[in-house]
Order: sequence, then structure tokens, then C-alpha cells
Amino acid sequence: MKHVDEYRDGALARGVARRIAEEAQPGRHYRLMEFCGGHTHAISRYGVEDLLPENIRMIHGPGCPVCVLPMGRIDDAIRLAARPEVTLCTYADLMRVPASGATSLMKAKADGADIRMVYSTLDAIAIAEKEPDREIVFFAIGFETTTPPTALAIRLAQKKRLRNFSIFCNHVLTPAAMQAILEAKEGVEIEGFVGPAHVSTVIGMSPYRRFATDYHKPVVIAGFEPLDVIQAVLMLVRQINDGRSEIENQYRRAVTETGNNKAIDEMAEIFELRESFEWRGLGEIPRSALRLREPYAQFDAERRFCVVTLPARDNPACECGAILRGAKRPQDCKLFGTACTPETPMGSCMVSSEGSCAAHWAYGRFRQIERRKAS
Amino acid sequence: MCLAIPTRIVELLPDEMARISLDGVSKVISVALVDNLAVGDYVVLHVGYALARIDEAEALATLELLREAAQLGAAP
Amino acid sequence: MNKHEPLGRKLDLRHGRVDLSHGSGGRAMARLIADVFHAAFDNDWLRAGNDQAAFDIPGGRMAMTTDGYVVSPLFFPGGDIGKLAVHGTINDIAMAGARPLHMSASFIIEEGFPLADLSRIAQSMGEASREAGVPIVTGDTKVVERGKADGVFISTACVGVVPAGLELSGDKARPGDVILLSGAIGDHGVAVMSKRENLSFETEVLSDTAALHELVAAMVAAAGASIRLMRDPTRGGLAATLNEVAHQSKVGAQIDEASIPVAPQVAAACELLGLDPLFVANEGKLVAIVAPEAADALLAVMRAHPLGARSARIGEIVADEHCFVQMTTRFGGGRIIDWLSGEQLPRIC
Repeated sequence: MKHVDEYRDGALARGVARRIAEEAQPGRHYRLMEFCGGHTHAISRYGVEDLLPENIRMIHGPGCPVCVLPMGRIDDAIRLAARPEVTLCTYADLMRVPASGATSLMKAKADGADIRMVYSTLDAIAIAEKEPDREIVFFAIGFETTTPPTALAIRLAQKKRLRNFSIFCNHVLTPAAMQAILEAKEGVEIEGFVGPAHVSTVIGMSPYRRFATDYHKPVVIAGFEPLDVIQAVLMLVRQINDGRSEIENQYRRAVTETGNNKAIDEMAEIFELRESFEWRGLGEIPRSALRLREPYAQFDAERRFCVVTLPARDNPACECGAILRGAKRPQDCKLFGTACTPETPMGSCMVSSEGSCAAHWAYGRFRQIERRKAS
Repeated sequence: MCLAIPTRIVELLPDEMARISLDGVSKVISVALVDNLAVGDYVVLHVGYALARIDEAEALATLELLREAAQLGAAP
Repeated sequence: MNKHEPLGRKLDLRHGRVDLSHGSGGRAMARLIADVFHAAFDNDWLRAGNDQAAFDIPGGRMAMTTDGYVVSPLFFPGGDIGKLAVHGTINDIAMAGARPLHMSASFIIEEGFPLADLSRIAQSMGEASREAGVPIVTGDTKVVERGKADGVFISTACVGVVPAGLELSGDKARPGDVILLSGAIGDHGVAVMSKRENLSFETEVLSDTAALHELVAAMVAAAGASIRLMRDPTRGGLAATLNEVAHQSKVGAQIDEASIPVAPQVAAACELLGLDPLFVANEGKLVAIVAPEAADALLAVMRAHPLGARSARIGEIVADEHCFVQMTTRFGGGRIIDWLSGEQLPRIC
């Protein structure tokens, strides 16, 4: 067993889908938000929606760290990279994200900034060791999955006594964003959540309890393979039919009740909560992001280079906010497919291939056309 | 988000590092976040770090549940 | 000056480096050309020492192409920039169904580039051109200051002749035509990426770089009149090639994921980096769009050639005003295969 292909078996998926169709009650609407871009990707790449009955609608959530990073923070990173002494190391996902004034890290690199794509924080540490005269700044983004690797990099930098390494911290927290969606005034009805896969390997199941107890929403933590998603949909349909709201775990092979304690401890040692942080499309969310604790201030690029984030406005016609909350769909946005395409993304949902708009552009249009043909 | 894939540990290395293999592709990763790993274990790999061990028994149980549901939902 | 060595001392090909004098037009340059390039490419035209090569051509239509090669790293598993510069340009000629005849090669070299590497690249090109039977008959060398180039850039051009009556073109695909692919995709891109700094992983995948003109000649001989067009899916991969064809011919394409050969190691490396093999570059594969009645016979011809052993029928051309390339996934769903947006970059999310 390699834990991949087993979960991409189309015949098995069609069998489970028939079971879902049998159990879903006609006349009832099942609006399910898959929080993570990983789920969105699996759903669109494998055509999972084709298998589901009409009354089950998947709403693509904001779980893509590239999509929710506010433009002002990309502007900050570009300003950091423009400093002559700085080498900015970044995951490649961020290179094409639009910043203010039609710039991006890709364009800043072309303008001469020293920006390097890395696969791992370990690569950034290696660069800092190799080039002691450069200020190496790692552009840290991501949810709880990607945070422990950043924490370990800081540990390593401390151990190696690196004086030229710092991180520009943009790590954000999943449960805080789920709560913000549930509390949004202009929100949309959601009957249940397909909960994060790899985030949950780190934080476990308990952080989601309040969605069951306080908001009465079922959550099924699910893996990122298409069969994982389909099984989670079946589990959600059953909970909704039974009037239950529980935290269930479909991804038992990798997620435990308590998560990865070592990773949680590392994060807690190095990071603390920010009072508030802006999410692109969702606005300010209290206690939703992390920053470095005081004892690690020397590794904090924000303190080291006195970063002051300036407000940056997205295109007012861009519907990314409503789309991220599940209130609108990509095709409801005026910019979609006209001004905003994967080549010239206006909003964050078009940038990452896991964003709702990019996924709809790449895969969903196909279904729209098929439907038109059928009708 | 959080692109991560299951890979198999083929060699434990010093400094909490390990070599993994995925269908003949091999890479050195950090296993500092997961204790007590052994050669042959599958781990979830994300940005060069193992995040969790994959539980074989749970994986089999999940697949069994899927097959059960599929049979129940089999076309008449 | 030594009478027997009018160009001065021989180059130190083991430890020496290229300097600006090697591009200055003087003795140093003549020495470099003699010791590195003529030694590697040796043929009558080069020996004649003219600024151009003159040769007879058979009658018919000529095909001509030019291509620039910039690759990092310069040496990768299964090949190097030199081999690529020979194969890639020959393939561009071959995709017209043409027989490649003669090539040119032009080098832009960064000051400080090791002569040993330059010589290795030249040897590799000479070998590739001899194997292909397409001599490099003229060339040029420039040296630029350190930092103004990345090691070496190579530009090659090639001329060839198209067999009488053959007119392959990107706008000739028609609904019902069959799409044939000459082998597994993604090998070249993965081999190169495995050696990129900060991405390092180990694999036994070799670049598929190869000159395809002999495979093409066999195909043309067997079914020339039934072949609508051929393309080599290089940058942007199979996805880009099919989209190009769809737009040029104003048709759609419907392909089947399960029929597209991908080596397990290539699939694994793509999983690791969050890439899709459909968008990864190939340097020794071709896509042929053929009339449906000729498809089976042509597939057999392709499979009989060593460079086409894993050839497969991967789908067909369909009528579609949107010019979409659509794929039935292994899972049973459908998706659109779009052009690659920007550069294909490894993902973490």
C-alpha cells in the first residue's frame, strides 16, 4: 500500500457516490464547505462534483494561504526584497501573486531584487550559511501545516548562531477563519464542513469542537484524495440526516485526536498570537495569526527591518471576499474570465491553482458547458 | 493548500534527517517533528518535513469502510 | 612564433577558462575554434574555413528553423545543453516531415567559463550531429563579460527538405482525427529539475533528448498522406502542444488520461513537487494528428521504431468552438487541460 492510488479508484468512488445519492434526502439541500484548497483541487481535478447528486453543493472555502494573504503583505515582501542587503527566500507559490500597482515578486525579481524560490525552510537556512554577508529573509506563509517547519528553521538558525537569518511571518490559523465565516453577517448557509487534512495532522481534532457545540455544525476531517472527499461527504450527509453535529475523522490514517504534540509545542515555544490579522477577502480576524515571541525577536524580519504594513485595496469589482465566504461563486464575479484570468489574475482566488476561481477556470467551465449542452 | 504526500522512510540519517523514497524518487527530509520513526514507515511529507506517521491499520480500516459503502451503493 | 603552431600554444582544455580574448577575433579566438569546435564537429565545410557553408540541395521545398538554448543546469542526467541544441533543432525540422540536412551553431559564452565544460559540450554536440547524420557546417563564437550570460547560450539553425507532396501544418487537424503520442511524457523536465539548486531530489530519470527525424521518416514513408501534422511537446508539455493545435485548427481535443504513458518515477517526482506531467517538457517525443483510417497502421510503425516503442493512441480531435482540450481522468471525471499559466513552479499548497 502506498497510500495514494488506493484513494483514486474511480469505480469505488462511483459506488460510494451511489450510496450518497441513496441516502441524501430529496428536497433537502446539503451545502457543504470544503475549507481547504487541497480539497477544492481534488474535487475539481478528479471531477468529484460530477458524481454527487444535484442537492449536494460543495462550497469552496478560504483554505489556501496564498489566496488569503492580503496584498499589503506582498507589498511588504517586495519592499524587503528591494533592500540591497536582503535576499528574500520564498515558496514558489507566492511568485505570481498580484501586489499593489500591478507588481509581483516575479516582476520585482526581474527588476533586480534578489528573490529566490525555495522548496523548504532548510534551503533558506543553507543559503544563510553559505552567504553570511547577505541578509536572508524567509517569506513564511501557511496554516498550521507549514508553521512547524518555520519554527524548526528558527531553532536551527539559533543553534547555528546565524545572525543573517530572519523570517517575515504570515502564518495564520484555520479554526479562527472557520469561525469568522460562521459569524459573517452577510454569510451563507452552510450545513457542514469538510475539515482540513494536513492542518489536522498537526492540531488534531479538539480545536474544531466549538463548531459542533457552539454552532451546531458537523465537521468531518478528510484527506486530500478524491475518495477521502467523497467518503467525508457521505459522513456529513449522515450527520445532517440524523440531526447530529459532531467532529468526525475520515483521515484516521494520519490524524489523531490530539495531533502532533511535538509540532504543537514547537509552535507554542516560538510563536504567539497576534491581536488581529487581515485576511484577503475576509478582512480583519481577531487572534487569527502568529508572530514571533520576544525571545526570538532577532529572527523577526518585521522588527529587524521595521516593516509597517500599508493598507492596500483590491479591485473594488473583485468578488474574492464573497467567494471565499462561499456567498458567491466565481461565475458570479464580473471580472471572472474577462479582466481576471490565470494569466492576469486580479484577485487572490485566481492566483493559486487551488483558489476557487482558478479551479473553476481550469475545470469548472467544462461542467458549465456540458450542462448547457445537456439542457 | 498544504500539499503533502505519503512517502516511505528508507534510511534514518544523523541530525533528525531521513531519506525517503517515492516510486524510486528519493530525497533527504527532516524527521525532527515525528518521534520514533523506523525504516519502512510511511510519513506525510510537507515542505521537506515529515508531519505525521501514516497508520497502516487505520488506512486499511478506511478502505474497508469505503468498499462497504460502495457495495451498499452498488447499482442494482 | 612557432612555425608549426601558427595559432600559438594549444589551449589548456583541462584547467583553462574562456576569457574575453577568445571572442576578440584574434589568434585566441582562432585557437578556441580550432581546438574546441572544429575538433568536435570536424567536416569538409568547417575545414574549408569560410564564413559560410555552401552545399547542394535536392529539389523540392526547403524547411528552415532556428532555436536558442538556455538551460540550467548545463549538464543533466541523460544529456547536456549541446545535445539538446542539436536534437531540438533537428526535431523542429522533422516535425514538418522534412529530412534535416545541415546545421549551424552559434555560441555566446560567459567570460570565465571552464574550457573543459565548453569542450565537453562541443564533443557532445559533435557526437549528436554525427549520430543524426546532420553535420554542423558553420558557426560563430562570442564571449561576453562575466555576469552577462549564464555559462553558455547556444543557438542552432537547421535546413532540411520536405518530401514532395507532403504539407504538414498546425491548422490541418479535423474532427475525428486521431492523436498519437510517441512515448512517455515528462522525462526531460523531471531530469533537469532534479538537478536544480534548492530542489534537489534523486531519481534515475534521464532526459529523453533524441533526434526524431528517423522515426518521422519511417512514419512519412508509411502514411505520409494521412498525417495532418506533427509537433514535439517541449516547453509547456503535452498540454501546450494540444492547445496550440486546437487553436490553430479551430477544433477541440478529447484525450484519455489512462492512455498517456508516464514513467512511475516521473509521476512520483511530479507528486513531490506539485506538478502535472502534462505540463512538463519533453525533448524526444512527438505528437502526430492523423486521419482515423491510418491511425492503427501508423501506431504500429511508430512502435516498431526504438524511439517510439511506447507510442500510444491518446485521444481524438473533436469539433469545439471553444477550442478546449478536455481529458477524461483516470478517476472517471472530466477536466479541461488549459495552457500553462506562467512558468511551472513547484508548489507547497
